[in-house]
Amino acid sequence: MALTGLEIYKLLPQTNCKECSFPTCLAFAMKLAAKQAELKACPYVSEESKAKLEAASAPPIRLVEIAGEEGKLAVGNETVMFRHEKTFYHRPGLFLRLKDSLPLEDLKKQAAAADAYKADYVGIPLTLDGFAVEAAGDPAAFAAAVKAVRSVSKKPLILLASAPETAKAGLEAAQGVRPLLHAANPGNWQAMAEVAKAAKVPLAARADTLEELAALTQSLTQAGLEDLVLDPGVTGPRDSLEKLTIVRRLAIKKNFRPLGFPIITFPGASGKADEVLMAAEHIAKYAGFIVLESFDPASLYGLLVLRQNIYTDPQKPIQVQPGLYEINNPKDSSPVMVTTNFSITYFAIANEVEGSGWPAWLVVTDAEGMSVLTAWAAGKFDSERIAKAVKSFGVEGKVAHRKVIIPGHVAVLSGELEGDLAGWTIMVGPREAVDIGAFLKAMWAN
Amino acid sequence: MAIEIPKEKWSGTVRAVTLGATRDQGGTRARTLTVGGETALPYHAFEGTAPHPPGLAIEVHDRKPGEWSPLLLQAWGPAVDDPGVWAKAAEAAGADLIYLTLSATLPDGKANTATNARAVVRKVLDSAGLPVAVVGPGQAEIDNELIVAAAEEGKGERLLIGICEEKNYRTIVAAALANDHLVQSKTPMDVNLSKQLVILIHDMGMPLERILIDPTTGALGYGIEYGYSVMERLRLAALQGDSMTQQPLIVTPGEEGWKVKEAKVGEGVPAAWGDWNRRALEWEALTANALVYAGADVIVLRHPDTLRRLRGVVDALIAA
Repeated sequence: MALTGLEIYKLLPQTNCKECSFPTCLAFAMKLAAKQAELKACPYVSEESKAKLEAASAPPIRLVEIAGEEGKLAVGNETVMFRHEKTFYHRPGLFLRLKDSLPLEDLKKQAAAADAYKADYVGIPLTLDGFAVEAAGDPAAFAAAVKAVRSVSKKPLILLASAPETAKAGLEAAQGVRPLLHAANPGNWQAMAEVAKAAKVPLAARADTLEELAALTQSLTQAGLEDLVLDPGVTGPRDSLEKLTIVRRLAIKKNFRPLGFPIITFPGASGKADEVLMAAEHIAKYAGFIVLESFDPASLYGLLVLRQNIYTDPQKPIQVQPGLYEINNPKDSSPVMVTTNFSITYFAIANEVEGSGWPAWLVVTDAEGMSVLTAWAAGKFDSERIAKAVKSFGVEGKVAHRKVIIPGHVAVLSGELEGDLAGWTIMVGPREAVDIGAFLKAMWAN
Repeated sequence: MAIEIPKEKWSGTVRAVTLGATRDQGGTRARTLTVGGETALPYHAFEGTAPHPPGLAIEVHDRKPGEWSPLLLQAWGPAVDDPGVWAKAAEAAGADLIYLTLSATLPDGKANTATNARAVVRKVLDSAGLPVAVVGPGQAEIDNELIVAAAEEGKGERLLIGICEEKNYRTIVAAALANDHLVQSKTPMDVNLSKQLVILIHDMGMPLERILIDPTTGALGYGIEYGYSVMERLRLAALQGDSMTQQPLIVTPGEEGWKVKEAKVGEGVPAAWGDWNRRALEWEALTANALVYAGADVIVLRHPDTLRRLRGVVDALIAA
């Protein structure tokens, strides 16, 4: 838990020597509390105070980073229970499980296909984050599987091997990258801790109850490991929601260090739950690494979009710059369409128009990043704003006609807009972007 | 190592609301649906109770919907041509509630009529034993005409009728008061607007036990996070004791999920979107599923497969 300025002040020398460049120790303490200064600016702080301050300033959920040859993934360091309280910062990684019992050629083929997966959502590229390679037991087979996956993918890895010798073989095959090793349990933790420590990789701890899990991470911490990940061995939607919620609360609200680590889940592992919907729960409710059993683009796309949505900063709606956008090289006879600058709205329409093959001018008004209906309800997308946008973006000079298409949802604006945009004909377009192609075909004489 | 589970102490409770009335209660329903009553955040059984699982509703239209995805039409088959058959099919598929939507127009293109609304409501009530919701096409004048007729036809059945919005709620609320029904109060993704409309409806004399809040649903990829967070905030306010937010929440992921391109379009889309049918089903299910965790009490769906999947999730969440 973060300390207040006064609490920090009590730990400082209180000599007001000014060497930190602040006039008093109290002023320096206030800056430290606001994270606008660093403790090392004080040359006289005692070792004891330093340790206390460092412990207090550590994030309640540790940031754990893994890396492949290309691409890194950092999870943890969350500060709130609900996204509206601030935001969720580090999107959970989505991984595909691959078993070393598969023939190497099949393994490579599966890894390559999933590695190549790339979708686009409002201009953001979406991909799988990496692979979780699972050992059946034989160290040589595991090493071969890790190498096979690395030969086709440079993404981060998770090594699923709970026998120390096997884990070691896998880590040797993963030299040069930083995978997550899974997992230490109450039975094997000493040996696994040695292996993880030697390879300098993060280690997941697995136990069936939170009590055992907390005891396990304490043992691992005492053994000198810092980068830990929790596997609470969840069994279904309810067990998962309860455990992950309790872990998050303990970490954030009670600063309970033994459970202050990111969480790994295997939503399809039991074979009983609906894997996609359980993974969706884990995206919304508190997982850091999510290992999937199957790769299906139709399901993965939905999960990746959900992750993007849940982790959008609620304070900053994703916006595009207001202005006049050209799609498919429009001419002076091309249609003029109006929309708002909420980026989901913009991309829905721009993609639709582009896909329809119609050249068009898109007038993106400044609606403070809101969608058409929301902006209209909030008075940010009215006749006046539309008229102002059409005039100020110089549409008159670009087209020879005087027709403008407004979204079907704001059909009520057409009367007023005819007044505000004298000389223009107002056409009411479809309500949904998906119908734009059909609308233009039917309504725009070209 | 001992762990003390950090529990929140809440002072407020979500109101329990019952839809439908049996013969003993002045209606003809074979069963009723009670939702709400939660004393903690969604499915936080370690600190409170959720006496009623969320109700899963299936959308039925008075006539074959012109703009529905062929995937949906296929799933229901010929039932979509007859609201009575469709309601029966929804009941057989395992729905808890029939959510009947009346169209703006008749098949011949003319405006829908009160006479037709009555006939359709009667047919649905006679065909299925489930509680029923009836909503209009969302155009004030037509809504008022159709919903008043529907409310009269279903007098005593404790229908959920709507949709009440800030600009048009009086007629619908009056019809609900006169005929012993409940209302759906819809506002655009805003906690305060949501409270305000509940207050206005309550001020007309509608008991709070007969109002559901519709916070407005955004589809996955199209603003789901706005509705999701408004729901979480409404539920937190309810538990903190803010009386006008203590209504159960109704959401419409079926309608929103199937409206977007990912669900609607099978050709000319990126290969990374995968199989159309699978993707469309995921879109509705993922939208609905997220809202379950945000506190949805009534979830209006379109596809029988989504109903089956959501039932699995909800059953698992409430299992002791």
